[in-house]
Amino acid sequence: MTTATLRNPQDFITCPDTGQNINKPVIALAKAHIFTAVVYLLAGGALGLLVALTRWPAIHLLPSELFYIALTGHGAAVLLFWCHIFEVGVAYYFCTSPINARLATPKIAWFSFWLMVVGSAMGTVMVLLGQATVMFSAYPPLKAHPLFYLGVILFAVGALIPMFIILATLIKAKNERTYEGSMPLATFGTLIYAIIAIFTWVMGAVIFIPTLLWSMGLISNIDPQMYRLVFWALAHSTQQVNICMHITIWYSLAAILFGARPLNEKVSRMAFVLYLFALQLGSVHHLLSDPGSSFTWRTFNTSYAGYLAVLGSLIHGLTVPGGIELAQRRRGLNNGLFEWLRKAPWGNPVFSGFFMSVVFFGFLGGITGVTMSNQQINMIIHNTAYVPGHFHGTVATGTTLAFMAFSFWFVPFITRTKLAAPKLANMSVWLFGMGMSVFAVFFMAAGHLGAPRRHWDITFADAALKFDFSATVHMLTTVAEIGAAIGGVGALFFIISILGTFMGKKVADGVSVVPQLAEPAGVVAARLHGGTEPHIKGLEVPGSLVLCMLLLTFLVVYYFAQFKYMATIWGIH
Amino acid sequence: MSYTSIQPIPQRHWWRMRVGPDEKIWITVAYAWCLVMLVWMVGWYFVGNQNQAGEAFRVTVDGFVDKMDQMIEQHQLTDASGELMAEGDSEIPVVQVPVGGDIFLAARQFEWPVIPVLELGKEYTFHLSSADVNHGFSLLPINVNLQLMPGYDYVLRFTPNKTGIYRFVCNEYCGLGHHLMAGKLYVIDTANNIVLDGKGGITGGGA
Ligand code: HEM
Ligand SMILES: [Cu+2]
Ligand SMILES: [Cu+2]
Repeated sequence: MTTATLRNPQDFITCPDTGQNINKPVIALAKAHIFTAVVYLLAGGALGLLVALTRWPAIHLLPSELFYIALTGHGAAVLLFWCHIFEVGVAYYFCTSPINARLATPKIAWFSFWLMVVGSAMGTVMVLLGQATVMFSAYPPLKAHPLFYLGVILFAVGALIPMFIILATLIKAKNERTYEGSMPLATFGTLIYAIIAIFTWVMGAVIFIPTLLWSMGLISNIDPQMYRLVFWALAHSTQQVNICMHITIWYSLAAILFGARPLNEKVSRMAFVLYLFALQLGSVHHLLSDPGSSFTWRTFNTSYAGYLAVLGSLIHGLTVPGGIELAQRRRGLNNGLFEWLRKAPWGNPVFSGFFMSVVFFGFLGGITGVTMSNQQINMIIHNTAYVPGHFHGTVATGTTLAFMAFSFWFVPFITRTKLAAPKLANMSVWLFGMGMSVFAVFFMAAGHLGAPRRHWDITFADAALKFDFSATVHMLTTVAEIGAAIGGVGALFFIISILGTFMGKKVADGVSVVPQLAEPAGVVAARLHGGTEPHIKGLEVPGSLVLCMLLLTFLVVYYFAQFKYMATIWGIH
Repeated sequence: MSYTSIQPIPQRHWWRMRVGPDEKIWITVAYAWCLVMLVWMVGWYFVGNQNQAGEAFRVTVDGFVDKMDQMIEQHQLTDASGELMAEGDSEIPVVQVPVGGDIFLAARQFEWPVIPVLELGKEYTFHLSSADVNHGFSLLPINVNLQLMPGYDYVLRFTPNKTGIYRFVCNEYCGLGHHLMAGKLYVIDTANNIVLDGKGGITGGGA
């Protein structure tokens, strides 16, 4: 598989199953990062389960203070620590193996790993001690213990350093000419990921350092609006970072499983570059129902800039399944619109998790995200249960599900250990994918009826003025939380399988742990057609195009339905 | 072409490779939709009846709360026996400013300190703020949601189009008593004799 001759072969191990060369330090680093990330998913998932069992009206498990502690811990542990530690581990692989590069400065990589561990542990402990019950967003003037902010800062610095290591690695590889031609799409996605992440974590320092000083009494005041502006420049960008990495993983899995290549390199790369342009400005969609910003400013930021990012995602939405479709058709699965999809390996969690992640990210996270970042519609959605409903569609059934699917391939690959509990692994993606989508859909429905997010008791049993939501809202919440609980079980199965793999025994030489990489689809097609890859007349990927048009139709209908409702309420100017 | 997304591209001039018809169609349609959303959003600002951009002013928390207290002092309603109207254990004042007037509402941990009374179809200027931390203003059942912050006076003109009892709920986490924050608002129609019944409801309207 490797075309160029390997420089410094002593620094590499060649995977006997895939033929890929892996830089030795990357193996240990990837193991450490992913193991730690999965531990955070375990902690965060358990807290999420407690939160869900409390918002489930008939159970209402935790007392109020513990509920808010668990919710703060859940947000921080999964959104920050699970996702971003995982990504760094995977990024080290993507910036080295595909181009036969060696990681620059592994020592510093270990240093930043420990910074992340110490910072995240410090933050988590402060939350669990009840010293930082401020939600992960920590809007001042709500105040947490200084060690909480310090923990987040250490984590942010620990997450920032690897991005420079990635850039250095790519530059070094270029200088050393470790590969011929242009870098693969997976590596390019990782490069964009690193650039966006640099901006992101610098914003983290810009906002959390003054906040730390304020919590220590050294600064008298943090302007709450300024905080929200800079905080979302950080926190929205962290999502863009997540998306960049999970899309990189999508393309890679399509290559690993189907030998897929992008339909067109330029288009897929441009779609990544659009994220780069739109990134800082898009974060304003978190402030659309805040005081103090003009119509023009909102419009510029959410439309010009927001829609560039949306366009980027819509393009990947065609080219990721399109890559699979083209590869499958080249193998001869050419009947009708969807034979390529029907005959995909649905029994393999690497594929089923991956494909569900593509579909749910678009249909649940994407449609709703585009709709709610319309500045007027935002008002009928802001801070309701709709918001967590929406972002479990993006970050749980999109990002996390993609990471789970990838782990089932990647962890055996780096540990040279057979995947533990394959049956649980197989069930986990379905339980998590389906459970979390039920949660997303029903929580959004409850939000449409006004159910608030981050709320211990929507029956207001102890409130001075009595009020209760309708039975419908309680019913929707119940179904949502049942979905969340099922999703939690799915996450647990994933964790058991992956941690089990980490604890498992290395296989003997000659035994394989992952399948061979799929042969490039172009090569297969050329063989089937006697030497050259045939030229396709007309549409190359009609099935994927139909799926995309379906998504767009849903989006259009849903979007205007919101306006139809909004037109019936009070005049607001 | 013998490479995949995880292998270097051997082609020299890959950026000149032809873009397939599927991608061209999709990018055109997708971008057209983005433009429709842009035009629609701007259009709604000029034609639509719901826009929360409003205006906002920097204020001091004390200054704002003073204004709210003055409003309560001047406009708190009295019942048939001449007593000031208030509801709930914490005696939250029921306040009706003249039609077209200004209503000051500073949410605080953990209550909505005013119960406004509005006339149907009349425009009122709401000044929304907070006396301490961020709060979420959620007006139910119409589900209008705004972020309230100390030091900012968020000015929006509301024109109610239906009589009834409305509720405020706080939907931004504001501390350990966040879930206690339920508030109230009445929309009455004096001309058609839909008015307060003095017992926490309105006559002729919903309970
Ligand atoms: C493992 C299964 C999961 C369960 C059972 C679960 C459940 C929940 C529930 C019930 C809420 C509370 C919503 C509210 O009351 O406002 C919540 C909030 C949240 N979840 Fe999850 N979730 C899970 C996975 C995830 C994952 C994988 C992520 C991100 C990678 C995530 C990120 C968040 C965030 C950021 C919040 C908001 C916290 C806040 O409002 O400060 N969740 N989750
Ligand atoms: Cu965002
Ligand atoms: Cu609150």
